[in-house]
Amino acid sequence: MSFRRYLIQRITAVLMAPLIVAHLALILWTSGQGLTAADILSRTRGSLGWGLFYGGFVALAAVHGAIGVRGVAREWSGLRDAALDALMWGFGAVLLGLGLRAVWAVIA
Amino acid sequence: MAAPIATAHTGTSLRVSLWRGRAEGCYQEFAVPRRENQTVLDAVTYVQRELDPTLSYRFSCRVGVCGSCAMTVNGRPRWTCRTLVAKVIEDGRIEIGPLANLPVIKDLATDMAHFFARWQEARGVFVATATRAEPLAGIRPDSAGRIAADQAIECINCGICWSACDTVRWNDDYLGPAALNRAWTLVNDARDGGGAERLTAITAKGGCQACHTHQSCEQHCPKGLNPTASIAGLKRHAMRAFIRGDLG
Amino acid sequence: MTAKPRSTAHRRDGLWLAALVHRLSGLALALFLPLHFLALGLAIEGEARLDGFLRWADRTPVKLAEAGLVFLLAVHLLGGVRVLVIEARPWQDGQRRLAGIALAVAALVAGLFLLEAM
Repeated sequence: MSFRRYLIQRITAVLMAPLIVAHLALILWTSGQGLTAADILSRTRGSLGWGLFYGGFVALAAVHGAIGVRGVAREWSGLRDAALDALMWGFGAVLLGLGLRAVWAVIA
Repeated sequence: MAAPIATAHTGTSLRVSLWRGRAEGCYQEFAVPRRENQTVLDAVTYVQRELDPTLSYRFSCRVGVCGSCAMTVNGRPRWTCRTLVAKVIEDGRIEIGPLANLPVIKDLATDMAHFFARWQEARGVFVATATRAEPLAGIRPDSAGRIAADQAIECINCGICWSACDTVRWNDDYLGPAALNRAWTLVNDARDGGGAERLTAITAKGGCQACHTHQSCEQHCPKGLNPTASIAGLKRHAMRAFIRGDLG
Repeated sequence: MTAKPRSTAHRRDGLWLAALVHRLSGLALALFLPLHFLALGLAIEGEARLDGFLRWADRTPVKLAEAGLVFLLAVHLLGGVRVLVIEARPWQDGQRRLAGIALAVAALVAGLFLLEAM
């Protein structure tokens, strides 16, 4: 792991920690209520706040997840260098793409 | 006259399984008379002297000072001279192999060149900034830097931490716990002048950032050192340098 | 003669397991996230489509799986915070106990979810 990737991994972790606590709190709070699509969308549709929260969350998760997966692949597979970078960027792009699409899906 | 340390033969035998060969080979079992207060090194020595002179192994001081006798005992790296058979025996049997993560020269002896090479790569070497013509450096033993250095300085390069470390096993770039631990002592040594090169070395590929904080090094170090803590210190040191813009 | 020398006993140690749980939970979450995003993305096709999925998910086996995911997220977060603290602050002994607490709290959170959701 390069030191720069290590730093970005740690920074995204620190920034995501409170978002995850909020996300878990939300999950626990709504889990007993039989969540419907209407419950979710009536709150998220047209909401800049939710857009920013989850948009930021997605971006952080995409970076953190991509670097993490690269690190594990470096140590547990025979992949090296260019192949590892391709895995990292590819996986990151998938997470970012699908994630922002999902955010769009609920706020638009 | 003081009574000699009990070495009485207990009348029973141990089954001692020893690695024979190089990277590939097999375990060969020997019956070793069991004695009171017997160490694993005693058992290995008995095999080589009495049963099979072709067994290769390494030892020196026999008293837990030099670290030469480190081997894998029932799966864990240990100093065999300081490991009592009674403490590690399982079902009357002990399995002894060479230290892990190092090329095997023969049987229980490994080639430690790579381990020492990492030491150099981590710049775990003191760089002098004064000569004998100058007055002695005034280092207070209770200064924070000296306390930090002293907590990590007792390493005798036995290789047990290297052998216990999964990150060493998984990442062939990794400098390793001992090399980084020594670099940490020098980061804290006010007399040392090699800081800039050392910073580059410990943040290069395989540097401190590669440590996953397993603490296997700390758990196995016979000197009670904590390379995980030293490496965490290096991480903080490197982060501060990064914030100052000193990291290349 | 093709065997290799063995060195594995240290893997019974608590902190090694904690590191493994952290790594495996991270991998599992990484693999889960695209599915999560795809599920939420169903809203693009309209509220009814998302609602259909949520109603499908309102079954015991799915709730159990969701509790598992909650556990993975919580344990990865708490284990990660433990490592972040080690790296940012002066050394603190008792890491085995802290790792155990992280595991217990994560299980508690997942248990709470399950109680609520069932």
